[in-house]
Amino acid sequence: MRTSTTARAGQYAALLAYLAFLAFPFLWLVSTAFKSPRELGSPHPAWIPRHPTLDNFRQAFDAQPLLHAALNSLLAAAGAAVVAVVIATPLAYVMARRRTALTRAATGWVVVSQAFPLVLVIIPLFLVLKNLRLIDSLAGLTLVYVVWALPFALWMLAGYVRAVPAEVEEAAAVDGAGRARTLFSVVAPLLAPGIVATGLFAFVTAWNEFFFALVLLKTPEKQTLPVVLTHFIGAEGVADLGPLAAAAFLATLPSLVVFAVVQRRITGGMLTGAVKD
Amino acid sequence: MRARLTTGVLVLLLLLAGCTGGGHAATGGRITLRFQSLAWQQESVKATKELVKEWNAAHPDVKVEYVQGSWDSVHDQLLTSFEGGEAPDIIHDASDDLADFAYGGYLADLRGLLSHRLKSDIPQRSWRTTTFGDGVYGVPFLQEPRVLVANATWLKKAGVRTPTPEHPWSWPEFRQVTKRLSGGGRYGVAWPLKEPVSATLNLSLSAGGELFHRGADGKVTVRFGAADQVVPRTVHDQANTDHSASPTTLGSGGSDTLPGFFGGKYAMVPLGFSYRQQIAQQAPKGFAWQVLPAPAGADGLAQGVSPQTLSIAEDSPHKKEAAAFVDFLLRPRNMVRLALGDWMLPTGTRALQDPALHTAENGWATGTALAAHLRPAPAQSVRGYPEWKDKVATPAFQEYYSGAIGLAALRHRLERDGNLVLARYQR
Repeated sequence: MRTSTTARAGQYAALLAYLAFLAFPFLWLVSTAFKSPRELGSPHPAWIPRHPTLDNFRQAFDAQPLLHAALNSLLAAAGAAVVAVVIATPLAYVMARRRTALTRAATGWVVVSQAFPLVLVIIPLFLVLKNLRLIDSLAGLTLVYVVWALPFALWMLAGYVRAVPAEVEEAAAVDGAGRARTLFSVVAPLLAPGIVATGLFAFVTAWNEFFFALVLLKTPEKQTLPVVLTHFIGAEGVADLGPLAAAAFLATLPSLVVFAVVQRRITGGMLTGAVKD
Repeated sequence: MRARLTTGVLVLLLLLAGCTGGGHAATGGRITLRFQSLAWQQESVKATKELVKEWNAAHPDVKVEYVQGSWDSVHDQLLTSFEGGEAPDIIHDASDDLADFAYGGYLADLRGLLSHRLKSDIPQRSWRTTTFGDGVYGVPFLQEPRVLVANATWLKKAGVRTPTPEHPWSWPEFRQVTKRLSGGGRYGVAWPLKEPVSATLNLSLSAGGELFHRGADGKVTVRFGAADQVVPRTVHDQANTDHSASPTTLGSGGSDTLPGFFGGKYAMVPLGFSYRQQIAQQAPKGFAWQVLPAPAGADGLAQGVSPQTLSIAEDSPHKKEAAAFVDFLLRPRNMVRLALGDWMLPTGTRALQDPALHTAENGWATGTALAAHLRPAPAQSVRGYPEWKDKVATPAFQEYYSGAIGLAALRHRLERDGNLVLARYQR
């Protein structure tokens, strides 16, 4: 079925509108980050700052230990991503390939566990971590991020495993490969895009997470970036808008860079072999 | 599944974890106190850190560790810390956030801990904001009245009388003035009422509005009487009858109104006193602004405030030392430094006499003149107030101010629905 030119134009217009909708908050953030206080108070806001300034960045760095906080965030997020993927990959394989009552129940519980609100678990979690002497430690926070990311990571990876045809494993077995060799040499490479996507999900979730970090970390030197960002916000939501925007802009950069670098590989990997030549 | 995973991962990560303990340290006779500060503006963070440094230099045996807290989510963060026995020793918060912590036994009763100097320096009306039952659970130290920030040039051109703390506008006069200033797409006032309840209740004290009435049995009920109606009716009539108040800002926060104020769309904006910092920073060059007192009613310039407070955790093993630090932090000169940093008013009577707070620049003198009229916010000791505010009062006031419902319906909802909510907390 051929799409008419008008319909195609409409589709592109809708796509552009959607992209603009998605990009608006980020572009506004960038614009705000480079505006002076006077321009921020201007009754005629402009997208492109009339007198671009780096003062907001200077103030943000002067006021808060942004680099140190970013390093803490990086350690917690990267640690959580790696550990979550290492744990989730074999579990997801079992959940996808072994269709028993236990795996079905586990899958159901994974989905249900997503429904628990954060505030419900924070106090018990705090007490558990306190008994383990993991309060005020990045390792403790990383552990929480791993546990928090695992259900969705499992569910996501199980979907990727199901997409790998069982015949591929059977073919490997016929060729004489053992279970471990099949998993590491045949299944794992095919799962690579899924593993990367899941790792990214765990990374971004942990990188952006605020409440656990706020509650679990006490020492200022251990605070993560989202917590430090709130130090630009005062009572009743009044904010030091320029420095806040500058710091928030810098905080979004790692996620953007990681996605930009990895995105092509993910989609490329997902499509590999999808169509028979 | 999650529990099992947690156990497994815990074992795994425990092997890797660099474990650290928490709590209140006392090593080798040296005490370490943790002070969680919510100071956020650069000047106030600097002032607070300097004071901590000065304390530490003068008290080598009692070290204070500065911990940066955040107004955002402070309640949940403190609640979790209290429950887990990991709360800071000295806690910066606001009086309207203390009730649950005070009644929950998390905060120390300060009556026997504070010096006579500090007790007598802060007026009784301020102490009432942190008194719950028989105990005092925080030291109120900074407060801010709501003031009218006005476009001085506009008011002068219109020839309206400039109100002063000695001769403020009455509420009817304020309505007349805003009507006179409006027209041609411009408004006499822009009410930023994103949080309509606290603004309305606090300003209603000027007209004698109490709203919450405690009976002989100690139970509180809501009665929306004639005095309570003065302020809401003024705002409603400005927005819906006179069209002298911008209808678009009724759902906005204070900062959102500033571009319109600078752009000459609004002649006045009622704001908290500390907003002056933003105005001073953002106002276009040559823009003349001034601080005016909020209108007065039958009770003069009275208005409710919820001061910032310093409390001591009940679990702290070093309450005496913590109280000594609070006393140091709130010496008159230090209180002034904190007040200037936050662009707010100190509660201390001696601090209020400081010349730096009596200058006409940036409206300091007008605000300082209002200090004697500030009272505890009407609702802060009422149990169930947060639910009443969120579920009943906020939507009711928003609908009333937007013109969707009338005064009778507002009264009905505040009283009937509101008393049902409060009754649940007072069984």
